[in-house]
Amino acid sequence: MSVQDRIIEIIAAQALLDVSDVTPESTLEELGIDSMGLVECIFAIEEEFDILIPFNANDPSESDFDISSVATITVAVNSLISRQS
Amino acid sequence: MRRVVITGAGSINALGHSVAQTFEAFAAGHCGIEQLRIRDVERLSVQIGAQVKGYEQEAHFNRQQIALYDRFTQFTLLAAREAIAQAGVEFRGEFADRSGVVLGTSGGGLTTQDENYRAVYEEGKNRVHPFIVPKLMNNAAASHVSMNWNLRGPSFTVATACASSNHAMGLAFQMIRSGMADAMVTGGSESMLCFGGVKAWEGLRVMSKDGCRPFSATRNGMVQGEGAGIFVFEELENARKRGAPILAEVAGFAMSSDASDIVTPSKQGASRAISGALKDARLSPADVQYINAHGTGTAVNDKTECAAIADVFGQHADELMISSTKSMHGHAIGGTGAIELLACLMALQEGVIAPTIGYEEPDPECALDVVPNVAREAKVDVALSNAFAFGGLNAVLALKRFS
Repeated sequence: MSVQDRIIEIIAAQALLDVSDVTPESTLEELGIDSMGLVECIFAIEEEFDILIPFNANDPSESDFDISSVATITVAVNSLISRQS
Repeated sequence: MRRVVITGAGSINALGHSVAQTFEAFAAGHCGIEQLRIRDVERLSVQIGAQVKGYEQEAHFNRQQIALYDRFTQFTLLAAREAIAQAGVEFRGEFADRSGVVLGTSGGGLTTQDENYRAVYEEGKNRVHPFIVPKLMNNAAASHVSMNWNLRGPSFTVATACASSNHAMGLAFQMIRSGMADAMVTGGSESMLCFGGVKAWEGLRVMSKDGCRPFSATRNGMVQGEGAGIFVFEELENARKRGAPILAEVAGFAMSSDASDIVTPSKQGASRAISGALKDARLSPADVQYINAHGTGTAVNDKTECAAIADVFGQHADELMISSTKSMHGHAIGGTGAIELLACLMALQEGVIAPTIGYEEPDPECALDVVPNVAREAKVDVALSNAFAFGGLNAVLALKRFS
């Protein structure tokens, strides 16, 4: 399974949706994921890929991790995987 | 002075998942203590406890709730649901603003701490789930009750070890009586039956390896239990106006501190709490028929408690029935007073006294009527519930049959 598919699986589980309802363009807001749900997603992604995500829940926009959509999250995760492996 | 009544009760403990099941087990003298089924039990020297049976968290809560609810919170919410349904109360508008939650617990989310310490220390993991703090905090259960049922007045959690829920219920009573609140959801919950929880208790060497036999000459220590007891306390006139079921009146409450030793109880401290509760309820010792004892089954608690009762009641001590239901549901620490209040409710409402089971041989230092082994029918107008905590903090409630 691709990195993107694995991320979609995590996000869909968090949003209580079917994976087919989550696309690369989906934003977390559209999927109904609130700030607590976002922190849980970050945790689940860290666990799944064994990476450390630079994410500060106090101000997500300040973090060096773009959470605007599933696609941007995938790009960021791919880059962390290559840097941290 | 405003009067305070109990309009709803709920529980989950080793004897059952409801008040009705608990009453049935009390009346049958059923023992909820058995071999512990927890991880690493083989490394414990004490391997018995009174665990809640047949419990699957997934049957009651969804994945997101489980991420936030420690076992002690889960027990609280299930018992609160039963109590609030019985009271038939809805918290809305100004009434919601004048209603709150005060609960007792000693360990709070101890199981959550245990699991996550294990993950980072033993398994060497470097991250934990984001909600560990809101899951383990001692006030989590009180907060979730407030959120689930819209109780918007004063809410907090009390921790006084084995007296936690008696202190909590006493405060709830005082808050309503004084006019600070109109209704309170109160009681307590505990869930310490995890490896670290039992291991810590083992260290004190006061735990029995084979059973809880309060007041019996053959007793050899306490047995830990778990569970919750939750009640709705309400101001009498409001309860009447609503046509609520009135289970009993909370007539008095007193607390005292031994100010002597961190673990050894004092007769004087216990006596002052018992006589204080009677005075607060404007009752005389002769009015009391039943006492739910603290009765832990340790050598020192039981004889000190009997001496305190003899002190307060004089000759009437011989007429009293005193039982320790810890022999059945174990010592549920911060939740135990709330589970034990159910035995007082059963005595007042149904005229059935829960027995002290496991009783084998009289102890001259505990020469009172401890209702050994078999439940008894008796008309009870006034019942007391004792709790004497480590740290010398004592809390006694007085309940009256409502008529």
